[in-house]
Amino acid sequence: VIRKLVRFLDQRTATAPFVRKTLRYLFPDHWSFLLGEVALYCFIVLVATGTYLALFYTDSTTDVVYHGPYVPLQGQHMTEAYRSVLDISFTVKAGLLIRQTHHWAADLFVASIVLHLLRIFFTGAYRKPREVTYWLGLTILVVTLLEGYLGYSLVDDLLSGMGLAIGNGVALSIPFVGANIGSFIWDGPFPGSHAFFARMYIAHVFLFPALIAVLLTAHLALVALRHHTQFKRSARETERKIVGVPTFPGQAPRSLGLMLAIAGLLVLLGGLVQINPVWLWGPFHVYSSTNGAQPDWYLGWLIGALRLMPSWDWTIGDYTLVPNPFWGGVAFPGVVFGFLYLWPWLERRLSGDQAFHNLLERPRDAPRRTAIGIGMLTWVLLVFLAGASDRVFVFFGISYGWQIWFYRVASFTLPFVAAFVAYRVCLELRSGERVEHARERALDEARAETRAGEAA
Amino acid sequence: VTRRPRVLAALVGLVAFWRPPGPMRPDEQERIVPRGSRQPRAELLALVLLAFGVVCAVAFVAVYALDRLPRQTQLLGLSLGLALLSIAAALIVIGKRLVVTEELEHGYPVQEHPDEQETIVRTIAESDSRLTRRRLVAVGLGTAGGALGVALLAPLASLGPGLDMDPFYRTPWRRGRRLVDEQGRPFRASDIERDAFYTAFPEGADPELLASPLVVVRLRQSELDLPRANAGYAAAGIVAFSKICTHAGCAISLYRAPLFPPAEPKPALVCPCHYSTFDPATGGAVIYGPAGRKLPMLPLGIDARGYLRATGNFDEPVGPSWWGVRLKGPTA
Repeated sequence: VIRKLVRFLDQRTATAPFVRKTLRYLFPDHWSFLLGEVALYCFIVLVATGTYLALFYTDSTTDVVYHGPYVPLQGQHMTEAYRSVLDISFTVKAGLLIRQTHHWAADLFVASIVLHLLRIFFTGAYRKPREVTYWLGLTILVVTLLEGYLGYSLVDDLLSGMGLAIGNGVALSIPFVGANIGSFIWDGPFPGSHAFFARMYIAHVFLFPALIAVLLTAHLALVALRHHTQFKRSARETERKIVGVPTFPGQAPRSLGLMLAIAGLLVLLGGLVQINPVWLWGPFHVYSSTNGAQPDWYLGWLIGALRLMPSWDWTIGDYTLVPNPFWGGVAFPGVVFGFLYLWPWLERRLSGDQAFHNLLERPRDAPRRTAIGIGMLTWVLLVFLAGASDRVFVFFGISYGWQIWFYRVASFTLPFVAAFVAYRVCLELRSGERVEHARERALDEARAETRAGEAA
Repeated sequence: VTRRPRVLAALVGLVAFWRPPGPMRPDEQERIVPRGSRQPRAELLALVLLAFGVVCAVAFVAVYALDRLPRQTQLLGLSLGLALLSIAAALIVIGKRLVVTEELEHGYPVQEHPDEQETIVRTIAESDSRLTRRRLVAVGLGTAGGALGVALLAPLASLGPGLDMDPFYRTPWRRGRRLVDEQGRPFRASDIERDAFYTAFPEGADPELLASPLVVVRLRQSELDLPRANAGYAAAGIVAFSKICTHAGCAISLYRAPLFPPAEPKPALVCPCHYSTFDPATGGAVIYGPAGRKLPMLPLGIDARGYLRATGNFDEPVGPSWWGVRLKGPTA
C-alpha cells in the first residue's frame, strides 16, 4: 500500500527526492531544542481553539441587558461582545473548556517563545548564517505580544477595558503623533467608536495570526535550509558535519507525541485550572476600575515599567512634549527589543567574528555575551517584579512605596552586579574545566607509565 | 474425482495472488534502516496506552453528549486531556523504543555558491542592453511604485480623524449642567457626605464619554487649600474632578478616607492601575505615582433647590496626556 501511495504521489508531484531528503533530515538531540517546537504546537492549539471560539463570539459594542444563567450579572447592562463571551462560558457546551484552553495556550505560547529566545541567545545560535532566522523569530514574539493583548481585550470585561484604557494612554504618549495614532486606531478619543472592536477582531483572528503563520513558515524554512545548529558533544560534531536523529524513523513520532502532549496538557489545564474568570470582573465602563487587576504574565514587565516612572511629563512651559506613559510603555520595550534586534550585529562589531557557525557555544564559552545577556535579563526581570509590587503589599504587607524605590534603584544597579557575577562564574567554570582536563591527561599518562613499567 | 477442484483452486490462487517478479524486497537489499531487536514489552505498553487513549476519547464524547452533568467542564477537560496525553505517551514509546532509529551524520550545506551567485548577477546585469537611460527608468519605476503605494494606502485615512484634535478637548460639561448618579437621579449637595466617594455624570449626556464621569467628595472647609486658579471651584466643601486618571486613562476608583493617622496624612484619590495619587484639597495636584498632570477640576455650585450644578468646564483637558495637551483648555 505504501509503495503504491508513494508511486502515485511521486508521479503526480515529482517530489520523491524531496521527501526522501526530508525523511533523512537530521535533528541534533538536546532537550532545549524542544522549546521552539512547544511554541509551534501551542500555535496550532491556539488556531484550533480560536477558530472554535470565533464561531460564537460577537464583536459588537451594542448595549444589551444580560438575562443568561449567571445570576450575579442578570439585569446588568453590557456590550454584546461581553455577553457573547459569558455565553461561551456558561451556555455553549464545552465552550468554557475551549476558552480556558485557548487562554492557557496563549500564556504557554509566549512563555515557550521567550525560553526559546533565551536558549538561542545564550548559545550563540543566532550567529552567521542564522541572523535572519533570529530576526524572524523576534518579530514573531513582538506580534505575539500584541496578539495576546488583543485577545484578552476582545472579552470586554472590566479587566480588558482597563487594559485598553492603558494601551490608549500609551499610544497617546508617543511623541508628536501619539494623539493622531490613537485617534486613527480608536476612531476618536477613548473608548472609541463601534468600529474599534471590529478592527481589534479582524486583527486578532486574521491579520496577526496570518502574519505569525507567514513569519513562522519563513523561520522554519530558514532553519531547515541551513540545518540545525548543534552542541559539540564529541569529536563527531564539527562545523561541517551534523550529527542527529533523522526525521523518520526517529524524530517524527517523538515530535508528534510532543504535539499531542502539549495539547493534552493545555486541555487538562483548560478543564481543571480556572483562568481569567471573566464573569467575576463584570462589564467595563469608562468610569469603572478595580484594585488588584493584573495583566497576563507577558505584559507584566510593561505595567512594572509604567509604575516605576516618577511623576514627570516632559514639558517646555505649557508645551507638552512627552507624556509619562511613553517611557514605561514604549521606550522601555523599545530599548529591550532594540537591543535584541541589534545584538547579532553588535556582537560582530565587538568581536570582529565574521565566520560561519554551525556549532553552538555553551554560555561559559562566551563570557562576555553571557554577562550582557544576564544583565539585560535581570533588568527586565526586576521591572517585571515591580509590576507585582501591589500584590506583594497585599500578601506580605511590605510598603508599596518602599518597594517602588527599591526597584528604581535596583533596576539600575543589580543588572551590573548580575552581569559581573555571570562573567566571573563563566571564567571559573572554564578554568575549572581546564584543571579537570589537565588532571585527566596527567592521570592517563601516569596509568600508561605504570602499565609500561609493569610490562617491563 | 477430487483432482479437478484442486487444479481449479490452484489456478484461482495463481490468478489472484500471482505478481510479476518485481525488484528485490528490502530485506534482501542492503538495509537503509538497520534491523532492531524485538521489544515486546514496549510494544505492549504502546498498545495499552493507545487503548487507554481510545477509552478517554470515547468518554469525552459521552460526557459531551450528556446534558446537565455537574462539573462538565472539568470532566471534559480531564477526558480529552488524558486521551491526548496517553496517545502522546504511546507515540513517544513508539518513537523512542519501537521505531528503529540511530544517530546519523552528514554534511552541512555549503556556505555559499559563488558560481551560481555570479550567474544570477550576470543574468540581471545583461538583461538591460536595450535601455539607454537606465537610471531614469529606475527612478521612474521607483516613483511609480511609491505613488501607487500612497494611492493604495490613502483610503486608510478613513480610519479616524487623524488630524482633528478637537474631540480630545470636548467635554459634555457646561455651566448649569446638573450632576446625576448612575441611574440619572440628580445629586443634592446634602447627599454628599464626608469620607465617602461618589461618581457623578452630566445630566442627559452619554456616561460612557471619557469626559463625562466625575469623582465627587466633601472635605472639611479647614482642609481645603485650593490654588488661586481654582478659587471658587468648591461648593460648601464639595469638590469634583474628572474620574479619568491623567496618566493612562483608568478610572480613579479609590478614595483614601477615612484616615488612619499617622500613616495617611490627608484624603487622596488613587488610580488602581499604576497608583497615581491626587490631592482633592489642593485642586487635584499629583502627590504620588507616575501621573504627570493634575486631575482636571470642575467648578461646582448649588442651585436654589439644593442640586449640584457645574458652573463651567474643567480647568484642564480630560484623560491621558499627548503631545501639546496643555496648549488648550477643554471646550464644550
